[in-house]
Amino acid sequence: MSKSTFYTSIGYKILMALSGLFLMFFLLQHLVINSLSVISPDAFNEASHFMGTNPLVQFLLQPVLIFGVVFHFIMGFFLDLKNRKSRSINYAYNKPSANSSWVSRNMIISGLTVLAFLGIHFVDFWIPEISTKYIQGDMSGMHNGEFRYFHELHEKFAAMPRVIAYIIAFIFLSLHLLHGFQSSFQSVGVSTSKTRMTFYKFGNIFAIIVPTGFILIALFHFITQH
Amino acid sequence: MASLNSGVPNGELKDKWTQYKDSIDLVNPANKRNIDVIVVGTGLAGGSASATLAELGYNVKAFCYQDSPRRAHSIAAQGGINAAKNYQGDGDSTYRLFYDTVKGGDYRSREANVYRLAEVSTNIIDQCVAQGVPFARDYGGLLDNRSFGGVLVSRTFYAKGQTGQQLLLGAYSAMNRQIARGKIQMHNRHEMLDVVVVDGKARGIIARNLITGEIEKHSAHAVVIASGGYGNVYFLSTNAMGSNTTAAWKIHKKGAYFANPCYTQIHPTCIPRSGDYQSKLTLMSESLRNDGRIWVPKNMEDVKALRAGTLKATEISEENRDYYLERRYPAFGNLVPRDVASRAAKERCDEGYGVNKTGEAVYLDFSSAITRYGKEQVLLQGEDANDNNLIKKMGQEIIKSKYGNLFQMYEKIVDENPYEMPMMIYPAVHYTMGGIWVDYNLMTTVPGLYAIGEANFSDHGSNRLGASALMQGLADGYFVLPYTIGDYLSDDIRTGPISTETPEFIKAEDDVKNTLSQLLGNTGTHTVDYYHKKLGKIMWDKCGMARTEPGLKEAIKEIKELREDFWKNVKVPGELNELNKELEKAGRVADFLELGELFAKDALTRNESCGGHFREEYATKEGEAKRDDKNFNFVSAWEYKGEPSDAKLHKEKLEFDNIEVKERSYK
Amino acid sequence: MNLTLEIWRQKSNSEKGALETYPISEVSEDMSFLEMLDVLNEELIEKGIDPVAFDHDCREGICGMCSLYINGEAHGPDRRVTTCQLHMRKFKDGDTIFIEPFRANAFPVVKDLVVDRSAFDRIQQAGGFVSVNTSGNTQDANTIPIPKDDADTAFDAATCIGCGACVASCKNSSAMLFVSAKVSQFSLLPQGKVEAKERVINMVNKMDEEGFGNCTNTGACEVECPKGISLDNISRMNREFITANVKK
Repeated sequence: MSKSTFYTSIGYKILMALSGLFLMFFLLQHLVINSLSVISPDAFNEASHFMGTNPLVQFLLQPVLIFGVVFHFIMGFFLDLKNRKSRSINYAYNKPSANSSWVSRNMIISGLTVLAFLGIHFVDFWIPEISTKYIQGDMSGMHNGEFRYFHELHEKFAAMPRVIAYIIAFIFLSLHLLHGFQSSFQSVGVSTSKTRMTFYKFGNIFAIIVPTGFILIALFHFITQH
Repeated sequence: MASLNSGVPNGELKDKWTQYKDSIDLVNPANKRNIDVIVVGTGLAGGSASATLAELGYNVKAFCYQDSPRRAHSIAAQGGINAAKNYQGDGDSTYRLFYDTVKGGDYRSREANVYRLAEVSTNIIDQCVAQGVPFARDYGGLLDNRSFGGVLVSRTFYAKGQTGQQLLLGAYSAMNRQIARGKIQMHNRHEMLDVVVVDGKARGIIARNLITGEIEKHSAHAVVIASGGYGNVYFLSTNAMGSNTTAAWKIHKKGAYFANPCYTQIHPTCIPRSGDYQSKLTLMSESLRNDGRIWVPKNMEDVKALRAGTLKATEISEENRDYYLERRYPAFGNLVPRDVASRAAKERCDEGYGVNKTGEAVYLDFSSAITRYGKEQVLLQGEDANDNNLIKKMGQEIIKSKYGNLFQMYEKIVDENPYEMPMMIYPAVHYTMGGIWVDYNLMTTVPGLYAIGEANFSDHGSNRLGASALMQGLADGYFVLPYTIGDYLSDDIRTGPISTETPEFIKAEDDVKNTLSQLLGNTGTHTVDYYHKKLGKIMWDKCGMARTEPGLKEAIKEIKELREDFWKNVKVPGELNELNKELEKAGRVADFLELGELFAKDALTRNESCGGHFREEYATKEGEAKRDDKNFNFVSAWEYKGEPSDAKLHKEKLEFDNIEVKERSYK
Repeated sequence: MNLTLEIWRQKSNSEKGALETYPISEVSEDMSFLEMLDVLNEELIEKGIDPVAFDHDCREGICGMCSLYINGEAHGPDRRVTTCQLHMRKFKDGDTIFIEPFRANAFPVVKDLVVDRSAFDRIQQAGGFVSVNTSGNTQDANTIPIPKDDADTAFDAATCIGCGACVASCKNSSAMLFVSAKVSQFSLLPQGKVEAKERVINMVNKMDEEGFGNCTNTGACEVECPKGISLDNISRMNREFITANVKK
């Protein structure tokens, strides 16, 4: 593939889809680890410690993930702007609901909401985590003699406003995925007349189950401490 | 009356074209680069000619009034394209296709041209497949064929009900390849408004840029007219709204003879008119007559009740229905040729048996076929043979699989479900066999000026068979003209570029500008459509499916008066230098107003009935067409002499050496 | 029935346009939408007002010339029809109908409701053909059997009429449905496979150059397409594009 391959409309769309697919995979593993916090705090601590200290995860996968997130949203902004520019005069009367779903047309809105949430999420978890590990140099993952991960998570969900913010964010994530999942398979050209509906159905399941999982976990921690 | 030389080469019929190609002059590739050819129209004929000429090396300048060559009206052809491939092994051959075409044309076409058409028909299919035209295929992956009216073999290649579209897109793609190479200069949204003749040779055209309104001069060493037929002279037809005779008529006025203008094909199965606002008519494919039975009520009371809306067609019992085609033509029944079916419908409606409010509609009923297919299916699938609802349901499914898209189209337009109620149909103008007279080379009577496709007087005689129009358009464009034009252009290799600043070009440009300013400057009261509709009514009533001497004489007089009134009282809004659709229409209607008169004059001169031309005075006792081979076995070619009424008749005698001239009977 | 029409009027590409209101009365249900506009234009001419310019030709849904955006949808509220096949029975007495041109920067307005879609032609010129000479001296049409399914799918893609409803309906003014229909038709047929790689790359590059937006798979194009061209074609084009680039 040459450099110019990606500087085309289809190239952009493929990159958007690939980064999206990668992020969806990340979401899935994040959900799996988080759900451990409901089943077994110890298992959750083990997994968190592994993810947080394994050099491969930390120095290879984490930068890739950050790059993926940044790339996905920068590309999203760029494409949205470009697409808006392709029609300078808008219709005086338009009825897009007649031919397409709200979620498919408003990926930028659901995407921005998720991005805003990522901001909170970074402040909540990632920045303290980085600060503890790489600024204070405490790689032990321990606090008061035991793993700190479960407690940190649990305590974050004590405040009602945060839980509400999380729930809203995950609803928007769901909307984003409702279109994003099947759209990525269309973009990379694997969906065909026979498989398109399958991707569509599977996408709907994914888009509902994954965010619901996160919401339930948040609610679990909220309820169990009130 | 002078006689005309068609330039048909000597020799055996089957060898004429091959021998001729071997003997004509060619232009060497280096010289082709210095020769320009103008092609007006980008349908099957013009599109394929442009592509091939460009490929050969000529510089082509192509023009169309639409916004893209892909929109020419060839695109609307539904049924298919004939070719003597004999893939079905049912005894087809070049001779048989030739024979069917000459007979179908009621022995009014030129033998050698028709034979050549049949001969190159097979190349068309090879060519189109190589271009990626997705013809229908059978389960073995080979090409499928269907049968069409008037013939005994299956030789029609098709792409569902959109054969014309697929073939045109094929020609368009061949053009695109040449446009990309710079060999075709494409002028979209341009209308040719005159041809420029220099020293007796066609050397260019005057065209109007329909967006800016600018009048442009374009020069070339030869000019090809591929602008289609003139069915819109009737206002209502199955032609596109923009289809017009302007290019053909302008070259007629500059010396090209116009042949057989009165030969018009009126197609029996079209959706009837619904009101005065109607702008065009929609064709329903001829294939429907395979399963539909045509009828009107026997009793006048039923007709009245139908029109009043108190009775439904399905409530009329079998014995009170008049299946008039089956009654009159027991041998062919509902499958008589187009001209016969159309006249029979008109006869019933004229007698007052028309079934809709306008009195101009007959029923095309699928209920028998639905029951027949339904019973077959019920037996095949082992269901209850007495369950009438099931029979109906299964029968409807078979009909749907065969004609689904046509039924849907009908329902969209008429808002009635044709699976439950019989369709209403009425004949409509569809194709014109007449056109610019051309010789064997497809050259008109003006040297260097060619006419191809429906624009020429063509190979169809006085009646065209189904699926032959596409064949002729592509044969002319891909395989005939590109050879024959070389014979003429070989003399032009030293001519060099042709200037557009000569007095002939400037005069033609001024004339065009003057005519257009006259139209715009008229402070009249009536719109262009007002005149077009009036002309259409005269044509339909007096030059339609049945013509009489007094009627034609009246038509000539009325059209002349209407034309004079048009130039005095037409109102054309807008300006010259802008996109002005009314001005475009005005120019086209002005030409129709002249052509219409010549049409009537031609019909009046031809004292016989043949194919699409039916004169009531020349009919058998049973009301069938009566040809007069002794006195009218010729092509009428009209020379322009000022007014249409002054046109001078030239005759090209038709010789039939390879076919026995017989009476057409379908009884 | 009586209607109020809100029609986009624009004298030329260089001038600004605006919606104008025109009442129209005694509209018959059996009229086609364009016949209703014909009646309006006759009235306007008689009143000395410049008639509304709109594109149309065959009026039977196959030439692809008509291109109106009616009440917020390309070719109006009916499905699987072009504007010329839309009938007034889809509206009711007293309705206000908005009529606008197909909008996209790649389709500049020429006048009123007429737009310039020559970008589509240029995309086709970039590769929408099989490079075979028209001599007729090719091999016999039945030499290469083509599986019926492939031939039928190629046909379905080839039924695109190039009207531009896909672009007009797409929130991004993307032309991918149009381009993919042509790419698909040829890539499914052995005759077209030979040049498949160059074709898809050249046509996509041209499409981008013409200023169409990017596809975000909303599917609006498929819904509004009068010929029901399938989204499968877009996926196939993406696939073709990837393969063409990988194997380049």
